[in-house]
Amino acid sequence: MSTPLPMAEAGACDAPVLKERGQHEVFCGLTGILWLHRKMQDAFFLIVGSRTCAHLMQSAAGVMIFAQPRFGTAVIEEKDLAGMADMNEELDRVVGRLLARRPELKTVFLVGSCPSEVIKLDLNRASERLTGIHGPDVRFAHYSGSGIETTFTQGEDACLNSLVPSLPKKDGDTPDLLVVGTLAEVVEQQMLRIFDQIGLGPVRFLPGKSSRELPPVGEGTRILMAQPWVDETVRSLQSRGAELIPAPFPYGAEGTEAWIRAAARRWGIDDATVDEAVEGPRARAHTAMARHREALEGKSVFLFPDSQGELPMARFLSRELGMRLVEVGTPHLDRAHMQAELELLGPDVRLAEGQDVDKQLDRCRAERPDLTVCGMGLANPLEAEGLRTKWSIELVFTPVQGFEQAGDLAELFNRPLDRQRRLRFS
Amino acid sequence: MKLTVWTYEGPPHVGAMRVVTGMKGVHYVLHAPQGDTYADLLFTMIERRDHRPPVTYTTFQARDLGGDTANIVTTAITDAYERFKPDTLIVGASCTAELIQDNPGGLAERLDLPVPVVSLELPAYQRKENWGAAETFYQMVRTLTLHRAPERGETFERQRDGASRPTVNLLGPTALGFRHRDDVTEVTRLLDRMGVDVSVVAPWESSPHDLVRIPDADANVVMYPETADTVARWLERTFDQPYTKVVPIGIGATRDFVNEVAELLDIDPEPGLSAIQSNMPWWSKSIDSTYLTAKRVFVFGDASHAVAAARVAAEEMGFEVVGLGTYQREFARDIRKAAKVHGVEPLISDDHLEVEEAIEAAAPELVLGTQMERHIAKRLGVFCAVISAPVHVQDFPARYSPQMGPEGANVLFDTWVHPLVMGLEEHLLGLFQDDFEFTDGVGPSHLHTGTVSHAGTAQEGQATGEDTLRTPDVPEPVVARASGDIEWLDAAEKELKRIPFFVRGKARRNTEKYALEQGVDAISVDVLYEAKAHYGNR
Repeated sequence: MSTPLPMAEAGACDAPVLKERGQHEVFCGLTGILWLHRKMQDAFFLIVGSRTCAHLMQSAAGVMIFAQPRFGTAVIEEKDLAGMADMNEELDRVVGRLLARRPELKTVFLVGSCPSEVIKLDLNRASERLTGIHGPDVRFAHYSGSGIETTFTQGEDACLNSLVPSLPKKDGDTPDLLVVGTLAEVVEQQMLRIFDQIGLGPVRFLPGKSSRELPPVGEGTRILMAQPWVDETVRSLQSRGAELIPAPFPYGAEGTEAWIRAAARRWGIDDATVDEAVEGPRARAHTAMARHREALEGKSVFLFPDSQGELPMARFLSRELGMRLVEVGTPHLDRAHMQAELELLGPDVRLAEGQDVDKQLDRCRAERPDLTVCGMGLANPLEAEGLRTKWSIELVFTPVQGFEQAGDLAELFNRPLDRQRRLRFS
Repeated sequence: MKLTVWTYEGPPHVGAMRVVTGMKGVHYVLHAPQGDTYADLLFTMIERRDHRPPVTYTTFQARDLGGDTANIVTTAITDAYERFKPDTLIVGASCTAELIQDNPGGLAERLDLPVPVVSLELPAYQRKENWGAAETFYQMVRTLTLHRAPERGETFERQRDGASRPTVNLLGPTALGFRHRDDVTEVTRLLDRMGVDVSVVAPWESSPHDLVRIPDADANVVMYPETADTVARWLERTFDQPYTKVVPIGIGATRDFVNEVAELLDIDPEPGLSAIQSNMPWWSKSIDSTYLTAKRVFVFGDASHAVAAARVAAEEMGFEVVGLGTYQREFARDIRKAAKVHGVEPLISDDHLEVEEAIEAAAPELVLGTQMERHIAKRLGVFCAVISAPVHVQDFPARYSPQMGPEGANVLFDTWVHPLVMGLEEHLLGLFQDDFEFTDGVGPSHLHTGTVSHAGTAQEGQATGEDTLRTPDVPEPVVARASGDIEWLDAAEKELKRIPFFVRGKARRNTEKYALEQGVDAISVDVLYEAKAHYGNR
């Protein structure tokens, strides 16, 4: 198994990319808070924004996670804009009230929004000022999740990137592995078991459960990207001396194996050791995927841009489930970090970057794919037109990485078709 | 600035979307950044709409800000018009675009499109969703009917088109409304029995052409004052068109509504009154309902649903209204008036934490509220039925389930009584406290969920690691839990636990109140029972 991955005969590296600039039908970066606040359990995410931001968070959460969540919005009001109230004082007051109610918080992220960016509210200064008042017990960080700068998952990238300067400097230059991008705990544990088995370590995760116990970074830190959207974070870590291990993303058995092997190779671990560790999980993954492959093979799929996970997802769908890619949209294509994925995709795949949603819908309707992966705003209307859809946010909110989840991931795509087979309305 | 976790209303442009999405032949170009497109899913997911809302967002980005965002607006309007060919175009801005002041209305005007263009100014930092809906509806009707307005001193000639029966318009139902679809059907049926025809229903499924016909009806039925009050007042002033003030929710209000319509149209109310055939009055009089007597209810919602629900609760269910409130400051006056009738303090707040405190303090046995109160009630271990927006996917049942008219009254009876513990079951719970299979933590036996009560929420609290939840069953400290210096002695605290959880809050509150009045600073078992004797089951 030491041979490199079987590449597509010619990858998609040189495939033309359809670049579109029209109406984008995507979430803004604030929505990343929905999973980040569950991951970092000692942190609070305070959006400085409008009623729209608060309403978005509530609506995107779908079912409201109604126990008091660790996020909220400081809603800017008319009197703030008219200069009748000093916005910085107002923000300090809101933070004071928040910390009085929740003294257990260790970190408060001040999260910029479209309105706060447009009025150029200086959250950097605010965060320094608030550190002066509430530090060192509470640390303040800030980033922008605004829709004028970030798309959906880029919010996580911005958040993690804001933490990079606070990461302690690593002692010495002995190698360690830093896995970047939020993973479910169950996935982390599975990855840790395999790394442990092949003698690769120490392994740390960013983000971890604590916003204060951050992993060290420096010479010898080697990075694996767990999520395809942590581009800027990785660049900042690199500028602090870390080294990126290029790899495909751990979706499906193939992606997961390549991801683990890339790290193992960098550590100089021999192939036989890795073979032994991945054999069992890989076989299980293939068993779990098999019945879904049967249902999905040869079926066509159209992916609307949503999370930046579309390329690796498309690679998984085409190479492991045998689906035919009609169009693969992505909100943003970072070629450097997508290199390994592009090499695995076939040359005749239609890539689209950015969006003009009406035109993209026209193309989708013309192609009538067997499955359309899209956001929740589009799914029911397309279903009503007789297309089967998979709403994409579920791919971000479900543990899908790793060998043991490969079957679950396949099942997510098969479920709409399975449902179609079961329902008998004439 | 105001710290907000959950909101009762969205921003005003979402209200505008509720109007245009309910209509046909209208398109809304909204100057807004990409994230604002989340609003589409409110309609496609919560209401399960099979079409995208007729909204084009300009989705400008940070890099556009230094340059020409106005040009983006113009392009978006031009493209949207070409693609969708609407009969009327609406243009406006969301909160962010309001700050950059591109004046989409002016830009649209310059394009000289061959259809009416309505320019919306919805101040996002002052106003909210319902106001936005009302303003949008008003601006559209005004734009489309103003050319028909009579000169000063002249009377408006209604176009009757050979109609022999009197006609009314039904105003207010929108997309994403609480049971609007079914209320329209129910009210239309009732009016038909009165010999009244419905001319235009708007905004719901109306077109701009329909809006032009609004002044021709003899009167307007304001189904939802939240969205239709502004336009109805304007129509009265401009076209001398009277409108209804009663919202026909509950038997009594439905009768009042019939009488009001009859008076406005100068017709006999009798056919309408005899058409109010509902099981609800008999169901409520039936002896199995005696256990509902004087149940303490807390009512909260949009103003018209809350006022109506409080009346039904008091007059038709025999409940005791212990709290009444709304999140709509615009309608505070209506709530204050109703609160006076029920002898409670009105609660006007859009801060759900404040609402939670008020509910906890009132110790109700049933909460009639919104989805937000459903969660609050769940946390407090109290039963809840939803009576008002903000809505949830569950508020769009597949079956016919109006709130208004005779059938609406049936629906209210079923949905409010269903979550409660049944009469006999209530007694049995009280009789056999320690039955391991029949503990009060499992909730009413006729509800399969089994975790309606505090047991479920306590688990939830652990699982999520969220704030400590205040649930009745969490072991409480022995000392000084109450306000002031009242202390619960150990034995009394234990005795309190033997009282079924759905009345425990009330018992605790009454006992503490009694102790305070009597100047007792330590509550013993005797004090507990003295309080019980003093208050009875109240």
